[in-house]
Amino acid sequence: MQRIRISYNKGVELQYTGNLDMHKVWERTFRRARLPLAYSQGFHPQPKLQQAAPLPLGFTSEAEMVDVWIDTDESIEDIAKKIVNTAQLGIVVREVASIPISSDPLPNLVTAAEYRIKCDDPIELAVIQSKIESFLSQANIARERRGKPYDLRPLVQSLAIEADSPLVLIMHLSSLPGATGRPEEVLEELQIDPYTVDIDRTKLILKQ
Amino acid sequence: MPNPTEIRRQLRRILPRVEKPGRYVGGELNQIVKDWQSVKTHFALVFPDIYDIGVPNLGMMLLYEILNKREDVFCERAYLPWLDMEAELRQAKIPLYSLESYHPLRDFDIIGFSLPYETLYTNVLNVLDLAGIPLKSENRSDDDPLIIAGGHAAFNPEPMSAFIDAFVIGEGEEVIGEIVDVWQAWKKTGAAKAGLLLNLSQVQGVYVPSLYEPTYNENGTLAATTSKYPAVPKTILKRMIPVLPDPPTHFIVPSISVVHNRIAVEIMRGCTRGCRFCQAGMINRPVRERPVEQIIKGIEDALANTGYEEIALLSLSSSDYTHINELVQAIIDKFVGKHLTISLPSLRIESFSVELMEKLRGARQGGFTLAPEAATDAMRNRINKPITTDDLLTTAREIYSRGWTTIKLYFMIGHPDETMEDVEAIVKLCKSVIGEGHKIIGKKANLHVGVSTFVPKPQTPFQWAAADNQESIYAKQKLLRDSFRGPGLRFTWTNPKETLLEAALSRGDRRLGEVIYTAWKMGAKFDAWQDQYEYNTWLAAFEACSIDPNFYISRTRAMDEVFPWDHISTGVNRRYLENEYQKSLIGELTSDCREDCHTCGILPIFNNLRRDHPGQLWLCPEVK
Repeated sequence: MQRIRISYNKGVELQYTGNLDMHKVWERTFRRARLPLAYSQGFHPQPKLQQAAPLPLGFTSEAEMVDVWIDTDESIEDIAKKIVNTAQLGIVVREVASIPISSDPLPNLVTAAEYRIKCDDPIELAVIQSKIESFLSQANIARERRGKPYDLRPLVQSLAIEADSPLVLIMHLSSLPGATGRPEEVLEELQIDPYTVDIDRTKLILKQ
Repeated sequence: MPNPTEIRRQLRRILPRVEKPGRYVGGELNQIVKDWQSVKTHFALVFPDIYDIGVPNLGMMLLYEILNKREDVFCERAYLPWLDMEAELRQAKIPLYSLESYHPLRDFDIIGFSLPYETLYTNVLNVLDLAGIPLKSENRSDDDPLIIAGGHAAFNPEPMSAFIDAFVIGEGEEVIGEIVDVWQAWKKTGAAKAGLLLNLSQVQGVYVPSLYEPTYNENGTLAATTSKYPAVPKTILKRMIPVLPDPPTHFIVPSISVVHNRIAVEIMRGCTRGCRFCQAGMINRPVRERPVEQIIKGIEDALANTGYEEIALLSLSSSDYTHINELVQAIIDKFVGKHLTISLPSLRIESFSVELMEKLRGARQGGFTLAPEAATDAMRNRINKPITTDDLLTTAREIYSRGWTTIKLYFMIGHPDETMEDVEAIVKLCKSVIGEGHKIIGKKANLHVGVSTFVPKPQTPFQWAAADNQESIYAKQKLLRDSFRGPGLRFTWTNPKETLLEAALSRGDRRLGEVIYTAWKMGAKFDAWQDQYEYNTWLAAFEACSIDPNFYISRTRAMDEVFPWDHISTGVNRRYLENEYQKSLIGELTSDCREDCHTCGILPIFNNLRRDHPGQLWLCPEVK
């Protein structure tokens, strides 16, 4: 058995495919590639796959990662070739790496994520600049998520304008258990309708 | 009209707001995309229900593959959006579009609807309306797409004849290409659409309803359906392919979960049993089998193309497949133990079925499903499904003792001559079955009983029979509900009001077109969805059209009555159906047609095809 880590981009074709369904997408990719998945023991054996961090429905990403356990002695180069050749539209494989079997679970490595947000509607640069300044100058931003109060401000590590017309924002948000920042919540604070933007996850920041 | 780029732009804002937006974007594995400009004919296949139900449909998949094999055709797909998406599309004035190229359906040359059952009729109207296409054939211009439809419901095309330009009767594999050829030849001439329809009527298996006219008797029954021109055939004989081609293997794999996420392979088409209530068994004759090697090759290719984890072997009666042992053995050798789920539905009630299933059983095991349909010998003889109570109990014992904890049994109530004793017998039989389970595995034993209500279908021996009336159905269901109590027992039934609609539409005539239209106008859609179906809307629609639904539902027809589907021929002749009906009235059985040929009419009608294709693949006798 070996454990491999695939880094990939998730494009518009799979933009509305959620995390559970992505699990299936990968399972089927391995089956098509004739790379035997390793299954869990027990009454309902499941293939062992671990995604780094859930990507909200509707986002694209240049920074997805998944760990897969497979029962094969093939070299990582051969495995990589098979995966690249078999991956479906909407997946661009960037890297396939060999990982020590017993290394930390992938989700535990993620600490933060970077998002690039392209805004459709025209927004005056000066207006958005002042909103961002005001956002960053606050010590606390109290909000509610599913009825539970939380503070958004400490979840936002950075927030900046990358380009103007169309406006592009870049933000770093915390991604830890119980402390995950969501880009839509930041947008709402900036009075930008999340339904009018394209959100791309551009980086996952991992523990060293 | 918006172009694909504009549609995509507008969708970006809408999709985040709707449930399961993955239904509306296409881009799935094995979807075929061609350059729009590079083909002669744009064909849209439409399943008139939501994506989740439409994508797994085998008929759609099969035609998609056949049409796209042609370089001069680009075949795309569309499904009916769910209510939330429909509202968004209407609000934003986005016409219904195809999932491959995002072109409005209106831009297509031919739109082909799949019509497997009657409760999709209002959805067809809704699709046309969302596409901005006039609903009625007579209101469509030469520039509008040609609207065609096929599937089991098309064996009585009359209720939908106002909305469909041409129906495909029977199997589509060959005729679909011929329709495209006729369309291309017509397009070259630049003639009016009337010319296209006339040319289509010359293709065997194509029914153009506007070229026929019904006349009625004073009592409201049909007098005749006559062709308007001498060149138009008087009866339309269904299409039947003599040899099943290689099965489809490039299944579209949706990127979201749908009702069936699996490879489906037909192992045979048709059925030799001759159950009298079963329309599929009458209209899919003759029985044709696929060779074991072809099935195995199909599964291997489909697995390589899809990566699916589930395989379903489809047929109307799997146990009757001649080489079932070889097939199961080959499947065990190739596929068992690879974390695949393999299902083999429609098994006969006998211990052998349990042996088969046990061999195929992987790590995951569901329930074991059997369909006895009736619980007394009298009813079994009427419907010509002669199983014995002993066989059922023996089979149940086998199932429970070999590790299954759940058995699912399907029964049918509502036959006109059914008595309360027949219904009570269902309860008694089921209690015996679960009793066996309790003896073998104790409290772990489950029994799920599904009781549907019989709907007399056109082109079957029961086409003369009345459907059961509402009060009687309610009384029978109440009896079942009250008696199906006990540990491990679960009982489900069909809403009698849905049964009534199905009964009215399935044996309807052209006059029902107005009722369907009115019901849709009043808001009827998704009639196959329990939570969407509105019985009162339909009653109001019948009322508004001054049509009594009971004329269609609860009337026993005279033996010599002319039926609205009499000019549509399945190859099975009326004399055979009549004889079967008479035999059902006196409770006489007809044997499996592999034992004796009952001269249903298939063989003389497809005499030449049989002669050209001798041998074992057809289960009919050979002809000289």
